[in-house]
Amino acid sequence: MPKIIVNGKEIEFQSGMTVLQACELAGAEIPRFCYHEKLSIAGNCRMCLVEMDKSRKPIASCAMPATEGMSIKTNTEMVEKARKGVMEFLLANHPLDCPVCDQGGECDLQDQSLYYGVDKSRFSENKRYVSEKYMGPLIKTQMTRCIHCTRCVRFATEVAGVPEIGAIGRGENMEITTYLEKSMESELSGNVIDLCPVGALTSKPYAFSARPWELKKTESIDVLDAVGSNIRVDTYGWEVKRILPRLNEDINEEWISDKTRYSCDGLLKQRLDTPYVKKNNKLIKSSWDEALNVIIKKFNETENSQIAGHIGDLVSLETTLAFKKFFELLGSNNLEFREKNFYINSEDKMNYLFNSSINGIEKSDLILLVGCNPRHEATILNARIRKAFRNNKTSIFSVGDPGDQTYEYKIIGDNTQTIKDIIEEKHEFNRVFDTAKKPLIIIGESALELNSGGFIFEELKNFLYQKKLISEKWNALNILIQNASTVGALDLKIIDKDKNNFEFFNNIKNNKFKILYLLNSDNLKLKKNNEFIIYQGSHGDRGAEIADVILPSAAYTEENGFYENLEGRVQECRKASYPAGEALESWKVLNKLTNAYKNKNLFNSFNTLRDEVLEKIVNFESLNKLPKYKEPSKKVYNNFEKESIYINPIDYYFSNSISRASKVMSECRDIKLKYKKSGTNN
Amino acid sequence: MSIKKVNPEQPKTFEFNEKTKNIAQEILKKYPEKNKKSAVMPLLYLAQKQNNNWIPLAAIKYISKYLSMPYISVYEVATFYSMFNLSPVGKYFIQVCTTTPCMIRGADKIVKVCKEKISDKENQISKNGECSWTEVECLGACVNAPMMQINNDYYEDLDEKSTAKIIDSIFKDKLLKPGSYRGRKNTSPENVKTINGTEHA
Repeated sequence: MPKIIVNGKEIEFQSGMTVLQACELAGAEIPRFCYHEKLSIAGNCRMCLVEMDKSRKPIASCAMPATEGMSIKTNTEMVEKARKGVMEFLLANHPLDCPVCDQGGECDLQDQSLYYGVDKSRFSENKRYVSEKYMGPLIKTQMTRCIHCTRCVRFATEVAGVPEIGAIGRGENMEITTYLEKSMESELSGNVIDLCPVGALTSKPYAFSARPWELKKTESIDVLDAVGSNIRVDTYGWEVKRILPRLNEDINEEWISDKTRYSCDGLLKQRLDTPYVKKNNKLIKSSWDEALNVIIKKFNETENSQIAGHIGDLVSLETTLAFKKFFELLGSNNLEFREKNFYINSEDKMNYLFNSSINGIEKSDLILLVGCNPRHEATILNARIRKAFRNNKTSIFSVGDPGDQTYEYKIIGDNTQTIKDIIEEKHEFNRVFDTAKKPLIIIGESALELNSGGFIFEELKNFLYQKKLISEKWNALNILIQNASTVGALDLKIIDKDKNNFEFFNNIKNNKFKILYLLNSDNLKLKKNNEFIIYQGSHGDRGAEIADVILPSAAYTEENGFYENLEGRVQECRKASYPAGEALESWKVLNKLTNAYKNKNLFNSFNTLRDEVLEKIVNFESLNKLPKYKEPSKKVYNNFEKESIYINPIDYYFSNSISRASKVMSECRDIKLKYKKSGTNN
Repeated sequence: MSIKKVNPEQPKTFEFNEKTKNIAQEILKKYPEKNKKSAVMPLLYLAQKQNNNWIPLAAIKYISKYLSMPYISVYEVATFYSMFNLSPVGKYFIQVCTTTPCMIRGADKIVKVCKEKISDKENQISKNGECSWTEVECLGACVNAPMMQINNDYYEDLDEKSTAKIIDSIFKDKLLKPGSYRGRKNTSPENVKTINGTEHA
């Protein structure tokens, strides 16, 4: 490895690194504004100037490639003077409005001017003023504060794949804006707020609501989709003020989707804070005792086989297991967690996972999407696909039309016949596929929902297995799961592998159940007939609307719980706040109900439940790690039908009960619907 | 110079006419297919020429589709260069150089004449609709300062009187000859008729 001398200390660095990266390796801190590891290098803020031997002028370390034998100094008088000069220029046109700026306390410019700047300004002329720009309901702008680092511009073009932000004008009149001040049409737009080193782009919903040092920070994970992005939940008292991303190179890198970030105001609205019981067709506020008594009376009147339970999209592993145990106690096995009747074979763990792993997408050289829309189903994962497309020129193909994915792809067919042809190696695509070294196939829930969903899955799996693409080294089989609870529920064997795959849905359709227990479940489509519906959940949403009894419980930020993401990583979601009013943590509710019903505990403590969960998880390696590989079993499925593949559209900003309660999300949704109607989006 | 204002009144559509399209195709041939967005500046200039010397937003959209570029990138280029006009200009478009050499030689007097004769503010079209003016940075004719550019020609060695005369001629739609207004030939030294004993060209 080549060597570089930083402040007299010799260190090794990887070739291809910049001087700034090499200096960081050596432990020399270099201030910067425009440089960001995940973005391309711009070199326009000049804050990272360092001294290099053989150069009379200071050099911009972020843009200078490190070479063998270079000698860099970061602590000389020259560097100090250069930094001071740059800082003075940056502050020349920067308003000193820190007391009213939302970035205050976590502002790069504030911090760095303290450490590297001067305490006086020689600029006595008028400062420039830039009018505010409209960038949609999520981003608040105060463009006078902008220092033109162009991080937001690079993010929008490179990572988000929606080149809508740009710098117009020149010189002193340069301004950052979206094209004609339209709102940014991306599900990742909120990340420009984190990227902005000053207070030019700040969060609109969070505006003027708290200072960073007053907030309690809890490291947690996101459960609003199945990706399991790592987040930090900032709370002020009971209120969740904001949600920020946490760095995890394996999952979300530094980004989170807008739904993850901005749904948090939904945690304050539409909350169920007390039990409700339906009397005279009206839900009336009630007490725990009364609500539990009504339920127990109903349980006693009903045959066990006519009691069914449905697990919603945001339920943790512990609650899922407690729910399963509760149903075992009731003597019923009518449990389901799917919202639509898509085919799933729970025999092997790999049958419902994203086996290539999110990191693996970057290694892939060919991606085939089968009936899925990753942009809306797993936004962060789609950002990885875009990264692969941009950096490695990965070719992407799709069966079915998923719409704009922020990268180029080729549609090779729109019906199941295409897939059959591929499996039988009769399709043109096979020639391309065979040349790929690390291809991967992503099968969406929309494809598995078809009548030939079983055929698509099993035969594609066999096809890949024969091609030796399912092995410990490389596993090309990927299922794109949409809900955070799904993988965990499959691991905890909520559906019997011997049972007819769609029995639950047929029974619901024919109104065979007398009691339906909805555990935080709001997306199940059902026509209510005469069923008695118990809803346990946090928000007054679709489930609570049709319920006869409501048991209030905690939202995901208010209880501890494990979640398994679509790759099969078990991660911990931590308690950042408290359940609203009389609401209890979900597992406590179930314990309370068992106590009242059978006069005994469902389990002794949360920790015993937790241990049992970890024991039950298939191929479990350890927390935050991918599961172990196990040779798959084989299954032949001949039930083929020629049908067109239609990708179910997802109401992205309205896909779960928390987002539906959020005002910010509904604003985003309105804007999106408006664009669609007027047809101005390209 | 401030940021360019986009005209509030915009035509709904814009398309290259046959002639422009042919020229555009010729320009595109100069660049490899994958770098065709390099043609953005010549195409913007073509659009400006076709549309009475200014570029409507519809043309920005048209060009971005023509070159498969994002709208904002074309917009960035169009706002960056001062020679692209984003709102209508007069039939006679006067650009007065106000950079240092011209400024020292009295460019502000020319600006004053323009304000009096044409319009109060720059980029405003005169009452008869014939003419508009703007301040620009160095036009590279410092040796003949102060100067201004009317459409494609330079008018040099100006003072208040000659500027007024030229602007009057514009209003009569009979534009005076370009060049020096103090009798100099090109950039020859003033009051010296000969160089080395011979009359210079």
